[in-house]
Amino acid sequence: MEEAARRVISVIVINEASVLSRITDLFSGRGYNITSLTVAPIPESRYSRLTIVTSGSVRVMEQITKQLHKLIPVLKVIEHADLVEKEMALVKFPISENLSDISTLCSAYNGNIVNVSEEVIIAMVADEPKRVDYFLSAVKRFHPKEIVRSGAVALER
Amino acid sequence: MQISGAQMVIEALIAENVDTIFGYPGGAIMNVYDEIYKQNSFKHILARHEQAAVHAAEGYAKASGKVGVAMITSGPGFTNAVTGLADAYMDSVPMVVISGQVPMSLIGTDAFQEIDAVGISRSCTKHNYLVTDAADLPRILKEAFYIARTGRPGPVHVDIPKDVTAQIATFDYSKPVELETYKPNINGNLRQIKKAMEAIAEAKRPLFYLGGGIINSNAGEEIRKLVQMTGIPAVETLMARGTLRFDDPLLISMLGMHGSYAANMAMSETDLVIGLGARFDDRVTGKLSEFAKNAKVIHVDIDPASISKLVNADFPIVGDLKNVATSMIEIAKTTIDKERYTPWLDTIANFNKLHPLSYKEDTVELKPQWIIQRVGELLGDDANISTDVGQHQMWTAQFYPFSRPRQWITSGGLGTMGFGFPAAMGVKVADPSRVSINFTGDGSILMNVQELMTTVEYKLPVINIILNNNYLGMVRQWQTLFYNKRHSSTDLSIQPDFVKLAEAFGGIGYRVGTKEEFDAALKDAVEKNVVAFIDVKVHRLENVMPMVPAGGSLFNMMLEYKEK
Repeated sequence: MEEAARRVISVIVINEASVLSRITDLFSGRGYNITSLTVAPIPESRYSRLTIVTSGSVRVMEQITKQLHKLIPVLKVIEHADLVEKEMALVKFPISENLSDISTLCSAYNGNIVNVSEEVIIAMVADEPKRVDYFLSAVKRFHPKEIVRSGAVALER
Repeated sequence: MQISGAQMVIEALIAENVDTIFGYPGGAIMNVYDEIYKQNSFKHILARHEQAAVHAAEGYAKASGKVGVAMITSGPGFTNAVTGLADAYMDSVPMVVISGQVPMSLIGTDAFQEIDAVGISRSCTKHNYLVTDAADLPRILKEAFYIARTGRPGPVHVDIPKDVTAQIATFDYSKPVELETYKPNINGNLRQIKKAMEAIAEAKRPLFYLGGGIINSNAGEEIRKLVQMTGIPAVETLMARGTLRFDDPLLISMLGMHGSYAANMAMSETDLVIGLGARFDDRVTGKLSEFAKNAKVIHVDIDPASISKLVNADFPIVGDLKNVATSMIEIAKTTIDKERYTPWLDTIANFNKLHPLSYKEDTVELKPQWIIQRVGELLGDDANISTDVGQHQMWTAQFYPFSRPRQWITSGGLGTMGFGFPAAMGVKVADPSRVSINFTGDGSILMNVQELMTTVEYKLPVINIILNNNYLGMVRQWQTLFYNKRHSSTDLSIQPDFVKLAEAFGGIGYRVGTKEEFDAALKDAVEKNVVAFIDVKVHRLENVMPMVPAGGSLFNMMLEYKEK
């Protein structure tokens, strides 16, 4: 069997009821993986764009692409080869942690402190998914209370 | 025209030239049934179970090539219909199934007879709709019929809340369907077709692998011509039976788990598989890594997702078979030399001689295969043949002399017991001049036996031939072969009196133990033209042979099994 590699695909769909379940049902029904999924309407159009991070062999990827195409509301499936890929993460720290250390670390990962309240600091980074991984391990020493990742979005170069 | 949602359903069905629908009423769909009552344009056949209504619509669609229509209510009405939807999805049957739903204001409240119908049908339909505004109904119904019959055909489910069927809106059915995200490719790429034809001209042992897509695209005539003019032998899948006439010298028979020795050996020895509307199903290929191991593969299919799904295609061609075959015929006229394949045909003739499809007659008990062949001798082309699922189905596929596409109606992909009787009813509606036979087993017939009532009521004389071995025969066969004869829950020694059962509904029953009795019963049933059960006691332990055990290689067939 071929190696299952990480891949990113974008799917342009008509923005209508239940279109997201059609996509996720297809993945679960046929046993394909979803590592992350983001979806939002494309401005000034009747379409939405999904970015799906998945994994599979070349054959599985070909099936995923074809099966997605077969869904009636799917306009386009783009299997990315050369892409710019970004992911966002929000992290909540206790107020007792060092604000300026966190801030410095954030700026190294294309981010900053976005909110400071009486009890917590919230930081945001936006970078390649791999680098978001690095960031999240680097901030472990600041005792993060809560982490949320957005899932990747991508554009062909 | 300002009309109600319910009236729109009627108008749409009329505009689609629907002559018959199959259904079962209930609370949420009552507005539509009220309009059905008021009209005379099409007939409604009241099945006695929603599953049967959908199978009947499938039988109608398979026999006629038209879109079958079924109508059901919400909740249990819908869930009963799911098996039919799944069956139609697996076998690419064009169908529109309309279900009632609780009113919009009650959706999501666990209302009486509420179920998330589109949520359930999503994975077993080609497409589905929940209608939230009557103004959308004309467009949705038109799209539903269009999607069902175009591309790779399939079932489309339209779920309509009760208040939407009462809502008044504008009905205009004249707008053409515009689906920018759905445009099936029907003309195969000519350059690719040419390349494929070159490969055929160069091959030494090419083999046509004919699938159900031929029937769906009405390409039977073209395929017969193509096979005849190239002189290349052909195997058929279960769904393709009838594409070539049974006596066509180039037809090797069915391949796969219960395919003939010659068909499976030909597939194992070929150097070029020419797959036409077939999908390399596991019951056909056996062990994938050993399947047609030394062959290149041409694969023509309307569904791109079927190509290179399981077996890599060297020459993928996406298109409607009728068009592609026409192009292939044109090219073949100048490029194909029939003589080239003569040695290959000799090899296949030898396979046939070595182990022809056969069975051993018994001096005491009837053999199921004999019954099937006998019906073929007596009725041949004058009958349409439906089946349920199990041993009888495989024997029918092996031994009935099919002579035309759409003569053979069976549940292939899903393998639905209980399919046969209602399907044969739909077939009779679509093709009333021919005898509608349902070969069934003593297990299958009890799933949807209630259709005795429908067929009697509407005078749809389906002749059910029950090949009765007092077993769930196919499972029993596997238990014998692979589970050391532990016949777990397959012994059906306790049975109803099938003759009395048929009579209780107003049909006619025959009990048959000899060849003479069978001939007399069939003749009488055909002459009387009534719904019939012919209960044929057959040899209890007969097995379907040859057999490729699940996951085994096609060339490793069990040819016979002797009960010890």
